[in-house]
Amino acid sequence: MTTELLPSGTARIDHMEMRGITKRFPGVLASNHVDFDVLSGEVHALLGENGAGKSTLMKILYGLYQPDEGEIRLNGEKVIIQSPADAIHLGIGMIHQHFMLVPTLTVTENVALGLKSSRGVRTDLEKVAARINELASLYGLKVDPDALVWQLSVGQQQRVEILKALYRGAALLILDEPTAVLTPQEVDEFFVTLEQMKKDGHALIFISHKLHEVLQLCNRVTVLRDGQAIGTKTTTGVTKQQLAEMMVGRPVGMQPHKAATEVGEVRLSLRDVQAQSDRNHAALRGVSFDLRGGEIVGLAGVSGNGQRELAEVVAGLRPVSGGGIDLVGRPIQGKSPRAVMEMGLSYIPEERMRDGVIKDFTVSENLILREFDLRPFARNGFLDRGAIQHNATDLVKDFSVKTPSLETPVKNLSGGNIQKLVLARELSRKPQVIVAAQPTRGLDIGATEYVHARLLEQRELGTATLLISEDLDEILALSDRILVIFQGKIMGDVPRAEATPEKLGLMMAGEKQADVATTS
Amino acid sequence: MLDFFVKYPRLGRLFDMLLPLLATLAALGVGAIMLQLLGANPVTAYGALLQGAFGSQNALADTIVRATPLLLVALGICIAFRAGVINIGGEGQLVAGAILGTLVGLMFPEAPGIVIVPLALVAGFIGGAIWGGIPGLLKAYYNVNEILSTIMLNIIAVQGMNYLLRQPMIDPAQAQLASRIPQTARLAQAFDLPRWIPTRLHLGALIAVILAFVVYIFLWRTTIGYRIRAVGLNPDASRYAGINVKRNIVLALLLSGAFAGLAGAVQVYGVHHRMFTDGSLAGFTGSAGFNGIVVALFGKLNPIGAIPAAFIFGALIVGANSLQRAMQVPAALITALNGLVVVFVVSSDYFSRRLARNRRTGAETPAAPPKSTLPPALSIEGEASQ
Repeated sequence: MTTELLPSGTARIDHMEMRGITKRFPGVLASNHVDFDVLSGEVHALLGENGAGKSTLMKILYGLYQPDEGEIRLNGEKVIIQSPADAIHLGIGMIHQHFMLVPTLTVTENVALGLKSSRGVRTDLEKVAARINELASLYGLKVDPDALVWQLSVGQQQRVEILKALYRGAALLILDEPTAVLTPQEVDEFFVTLEQMKKDGHALIFISHKLHEVLQLCNRVTVLRDGQAIGTKTTTGVTKQQLAEMMVGRPVGMQPHKAATEVGEVRLSLRDVQAQSDRNHAALRGVSFDLRGGEIVGLAGVSGNGQRELAEVVAGLRPVSGGGIDLVGRPIQGKSPRAVMEMGLSYIPEERMRDGVIKDFTVSENLILREFDLRPFARNGFLDRGAIQHNATDLVKDFSVKTPSLETPVKNLSGGNIQKLVLARELSRKPQVIVAAQPTRGLDIGATEYVHARLLEQRELGTATLLISEDLDEILALSDRILVIFQGKIMGDVPRAEATPEKLGLMMAGEKQADVATTS
Repeated sequence: MLDFFVKYPRLGRLFDMLLPLLATLAALGVGAIMLQLLGANPVTAYGALLQGAFGSQNALADTIVRATPLLLVALGICIAFRAGVINIGGEGQLVAGAILGTLVGLMFPEAPGIVIVPLALVAGFIGGAIWGGIPGLLKAYYNVNEILSTIMLNIIAVQGMNYLLRQPMIDPAQAQLASRIPQTARLAQAFDLPRWIPTRLHLGALIAVILAFVVYIFLWRTTIGYRIRAVGLNPDASRYAGINVKRNIVLALLLSGAFAGLAGAVQVYGVHHRMFTDGSLAGFTGSAGFNGIVVALFGKLNPIGAIPAAFIFGALIVGANSLQRAMQVPAALITALNGLVVVFVVSSDYFSRRLARNRRTGAETPAAPPKSTLPPALSIEGEASQ
């Protein structure tokens, strides 16, 4: 059959079809007779919660897994894809969520990496660079071929990944949560590129859980749940609400309910706080703000602008190199994490599996991690098993943690239930101040709703909460005020009523609040 | 075979528990081939082994005597490994404990045994604690790899012992002779640990078994044990929870050394009644400091599990010696047999992990392989493809 060529010179994939794809892992049916297809010139979204089977399906298409049943057809012909090399050969490319680039090499070298050279063992980098420029101008993917990858912004690195795929002749691109790492402005630029590729006849698969992006960019959307395809819809006739309900399988509230609260006294006060990162760079460069009882203050920012260091400084885990922090009116500099905790700070760490729980400890052991040596859990150095059990029984019930038993190792629970467990431990201590770092990252809709409700409940109880998140929707949904951090400085302090994604996005990219106000 | 156990998880767990035993049998299977090659009938040979280990009251008593220091060292290893630190210094810690324990007996030869024996055992405990505490401090505060420092301290301990037994601590009677055998005087008979006449079985065995239960309670029922296990499983989360990670690393290595030191004192007062050296480490310790590590792994790093593990290993050592005498095979074969058991037991952990992973349910994709139950340095990495 004759196929048309794309502007990049590769053969088009007019129609890719996956039929009846089934994949079993021991104890799990990860993919259950799933049908999925994508046409040339369309963006087809794959939507679903964590564990719904999106990655499994795409890994099968990219040759990383073999299906137990079902077949894949390209332009009507059955194909067997046994490895990513096969996939690339057939014109299928994949942009992973975590970039597969070598930071110390140039853009050209990264693209050439793993390619066969026409000159034997020597590479012809000039040819590669020329081709990169050609592809870049075709799709508006501006990037300097000689730049070192570590010097590029995240958005630029993503362009390199796309160029890499196009260079290898991708006609069908799988994009795995590509916008998770981008600022709103970068997302807009990225969508322009995708629109261009769509117009040129590429077939694009867009994996996401951000409903508004799916509706904005995609032509069709397929929702997966528990390994099954729930349905495929065209995006013109479907609402966010409908998609969310298809994902979860029950009605969901899109906006958490926020009661009116009185803002109380200052609970946490930072004055010109400075701190170093692990690599001894200045990570916080003079951060000042107050946090009052009964309010949630959102800290927005692109990943790596000092959020982690800020959270750790407040929790007493990282020393300050300048400035001061008061918790409920008492300075915390030089205090141990333990002492800060006893002064009334609860901390929901960003990396819950690494810092929040001990995954080989049982549910009941993890629930006393903060207070295992205090009464009632400990008496004269011995653990009181009765009290520990009692505590676990109560908290598991109060926070609806789904677990086979109290003696189950935490590693056997789902991400959502582990986060509920962390919340149970941190919130049941009746804290004065909560620092919640990325509290819903990686959680499904149900668990996210739950975490939001619990944080709002704390707000009504008069607790002061600092919500650190890279998800602007979450910040906007929960916060009373929003701080924007960029390169270790607070760019602005915006009341919720005045905040828009555009305004915050500009500040996240380094513009001062005053400048943003005049331009908008 | 793995699929079978995935279908029947309960059988799988039983298989897990029996795995070290099966590994030992597999090792003996390979040993049988070696025996055959050496011209010895494996059936007769292993008959001699069983006879030597369990065949009489005396044989059984010897097995238990042999198992006692192994169990004590293993208890210490359980504590260290549970804290995530790898203590390879059992040999040196055992020697340090034995020296300090012996000194107590030599200094007060006229004192009553009821006073001196407990004092000497405590001295052994302290000697080992010092020898274990040094690498602990180095690890916690100067980030010195504990595997290297404990091994180095083994060497220092043996040379220290050689010096002490040739010069200041030498038996005054030997000092008069030209031969100058490097050993201390025999300790007063009043200091001998009570024995179950007519066998060589002594009170140390009972002490070790009781301590196994004490260590179990320590690790799982006390706040210090909770801290140690938390630090071993996840130092990051422990730090976030306000636990002082460095202090607990030092404590774990210190206690680990202490149990090895106690084993040294028990050997002096229960078996040898003096210290002696042939210039090498194994001469006095009988490699108990190393074999105790294997016993601890054999018992899945559980102090109660270490009891049967020590017994089996003690039987293997005693039985293999009589096998060697009965069959006239080279002595090196015994070392090889022991080595085979170690390799098989440590490797069996791999299967245990495969099983554990296949039993996992609920994950969309097979997650990262579950961590070894062994500390990283001892686990076998590399996974078979899906």
